[in-house]
Amino acid sequence: MSGIDLQDPPTPPSPAPGAGRTKRVVTEVPSVVDRRFNAITMGAGISVLVLLLLVGAFLLIQSSDAISQTGILRFLTRTEWRTDVQPPAIGVLGLLTGTVLVAVVAVLFAVPLSVFCALAITEYSTARRRKWLIGVVDLLAAVPSLLFGLWGFLYLSDKMIPISTWLSQNLGFIPFFHTEKNASLTGSIFIAGVVVALMVLPIITSVTREVFSQTPPGEKEAALALGGTRWGMIRSVVLPYGRGGIIGGSMLGLGRALGETIAVALLLPQVPQRIGDSIHILQNGGATVSGFIANRAGADAFTVSGLMAAGLVLFIITLATNMIASVVVARSRSGAGVDL
Amino acid sequence: MTDIHERALPMTETLVAESPAVGRATIIGGPPPGAATLEARGACAWFGDRLVLEGVDLVMPAGQVTALIGPSGCGKSTFLRLLNRMHELIPGAALDGEILLDGTDIYATGTRAQQVRMRIGMVFQKPNPFPAMSIRENVLAGLKLARLKCDEKDDLVEQSLIRAGLWKEVRDRLDSAGGALSGGQQQRLCIARSLAVQPNVLLMDEPCSALDPTSTRRVEETIDELRGEVTVVIVTHNMQQANRVSDICAFFLAAENQPGAVVEQGPTRKMFENPDDPRTLDYVEGRFG
Ligand SMILES: Nc1ncnc2c1ncn2[C@@H]1O[C@H](COP(=O)(O)OP(=O)(O)OP(=O)(O)O)[C@@H](O)[C@H]1O
Ligand SMILES: [Mg+2]
Repeated sequence: MSGIDLQDPPTPPSPAPGAGRTKRVVTEVPSVVDRRFNAITMGAGISVLVLLLLVGAFLLIQSSDAISQTGILRFLTRTEWRTDVQPPAIGVLGLLTGTVLVAVVAVLFAVPLSVFCALAITEYSTARRRKWLIGVVDLLAAVPSLLFGLWGFLYLSDKMIPISTWLSQNLGFIPFFHTEKNASLTGSIFIAGVVVALMVLPIITSVTREVFSQTPPGEKEAALALGGTRWGMIRSVVLPYGRGGIIGGSMLGLGRALGETIAVALLLPQVPQRIGDSIHILQNGGATVSGFIANRAGADAFTVSGLMAAGLVLFIITLATNMIASVVVARSRSGAGVDL
Repeated sequence: MTDIHERALPMTETLVAESPAVGRATIIGGPPPGAATLEARGACAWFGDRLVLEGVDLVMPAGQVTALIGPSGCGKSTFLRLLNRMHELIPGAALDGEILLDGTDIYATGTRAQQVRMRIGMVFQKPNPFPAMSIRENVLAGLKLARLKCDEKDDLVEQSLIRAGLWKEVRDRLDSAGGALSGGQQQRLCIARSLAVQPNVLLMDEPCSALDPTSTRRVEETIDELRGEVTVVIVTHNMQQANRVSDICAFFLAAENQPGAVVEQGPTRKMFENPDDPRTLDYVEGRFG
C-alpha cells in the first residue's frame, strides 16, 4: 500500500460527455382529425387575438387627434376636461380616479360576499341546493347592467342615504368618508360602487367556487378527523388552498368593475375629480371613464377623439388587470399558495 | 456481523434517545387520559340504498392493537370510518347499530361528532399533511381545530414527533413546510398530528400501503410503542404486518353482491395458526383474496 508513489497517474483525456452525439428529431404526423381540430382551435384563438388588436388599433387611431394636440403626458396627468376653450384642455386623470375608486369600493363589497357565497355552495350545501345556488348566481350574471343601473338610480340611491349618513357621521375622520355640509348623498361613488359590486359578484363567486371545489378531499377529511368543526376545516384547509383563487377572482372582478358603464353613467354626475380637491366617496360627485364616455358620446369630433383616448387608457388598464388575474388564478390551481 | 450491528444500532438508539424522558404535556379540555375500549354492536352501513356492511360485532380492547383484514371491497374502511363518525360525512351514507366508546354510544343523540373525533384519531391511507403549514403547525393543528389549550406546546410537539418516530429527522427544521417531507415522513407526521391531541383510540387505514419497507418498519415500531397507551385499530392488506403488530384480528369478507361481515375474530396467533373457519386460513395463507 505505502509502496505506491502518491502521484496520480496521468489520466487519459476523456471526451466531453455527449460528444459526437446528435439529438434525434422525433416527428409525429398528426391524423387528419387532429389536424382539422388543431386548425379550428388555432383559428378561433387567433381571431380573438386579432379582434383585440383591432379594437386597440381602432382606439389608437381615433384618439391620435386628441392625444397629439394635448400631449400624452398632459393627457395622462391633467384632471380637467374642457373642450370649450382654445386650445382645448383635456386630461384623463380625474376620470381614472373616479373609475378606480368605484371599482375598489365594488371589490371591497363583493369579495367577502362572494367568498361566503362560494363557501355556501361548495361546503355547506347538499347536491341539490348546490345546483340551485349556482343557478341563482348565474342568473345574477345574466341581468343586463342597465337594469342594475336603473335599479340603483331609482331605488337604491335613496335607500342608501341613511347608511351614507351614518358612515360620514361616525367614520368621517377617515379621509374619503368625509362629507361637506349640506352635500347631497345620492349619486355618490359609494352607491355606484355598491351597484357595481352586485355586477361583479357572480364572476368572483364562480372563480372562487371553482378553486374551493378543488381542495384536496384528503386534507379536508384530515381536519375533520382531528375534531375540527366545518368552519375550522374551512379556515385551516379550504381558505389557504383557495387564497390564490380569491386574489385572482377579485382581480378579475376589478377588471370587470373598471369597465362597468351604464350603471355608473346613470348614477354619477360625471364631473371629473379635480386634483387638490379632497375626495368624498359618500357624497354626490365623481366620474368614471366608461360613464363619462357613455354620457358624452355623440359630441363634436375632438371630444369624441378625447373620449377614445380615455377609452384606450381604460382598455390598457383593464387588459393588464385581467392578464395578471388569470396568471394568479392559473398558478393557484397547482395548490401552492400564491404570493403577490 | 457488521451488517447486523449497523442495522441494530439505530433501533436501540431509537429506544434510548426517542423514548419520552418526561411525562406528557397536559392539554386542557382534551380527551380523558389513557386508552379506551371500543366496541361495535350490530354495526351496519349503507351507501344510498346499498348495504355494504352488516351486523358487525367486535370488541377492540383498551390499549391493544386490533387488525382488520380481508379482501378488497369487503367494508374494512367503511367499518373504520363508522368508528369515528367519518362515515356520516359522505352524502347518502347511513348506519345502524351501536359503537360504544368505554360503554357510551358515540352516535347517541347529543353527542357531537367533533368530540368523538377528538377522542378517536385517524390516519389515512394517503399521507395528508397540511402542505401550507410548517411541521410544527401540522403537529399542533389538532389543538387549533378542536380549540384545545396547551401551555407546553414545544414539549407537545417534541413528544408527539418522538412517539411517531420522526423527531430525529425533523428536529432541526420544524419550521419548514410539512409538504416538503418524503412520503414516509409525511405519514409519520400525520401520526404525530393525530397523537398530539392525545386520543384514546387511533384508527389507521392501510397506513403503510404507500410507504417503503424502512418507513413501514418505523410505523410498526410506533404502533408497538403505542401499545398500552392508545387503542389501535389498523386495516392492512399485509398479512405479515397484521401478524407482527396486532393482538386481536378480525377477518372481513363479502360474498358477491352481499354486504361485508366479520367471518371470524380472535387472538392474532390463533387466527393465523389454527382458525376455526377454513376461509380464514385460506386468506391468511394467501390462497384467495
Ligand atoms: N363513497 C362511497 N359511495 C358508494 N359506495 C362506496 C363508497 N365507499 C365505498 N363504497 C362501497 O362500499 C364497499 C366497501 O368499501 P370499503 O372501502 O369499505 O372496502 P375496503 O374493505 O376498505 O376495501 P379496500 O381493501 O380496497 O380498501 C365497496 O363495495 C365500495 O364499492
Ligand atoms: Mg379501504
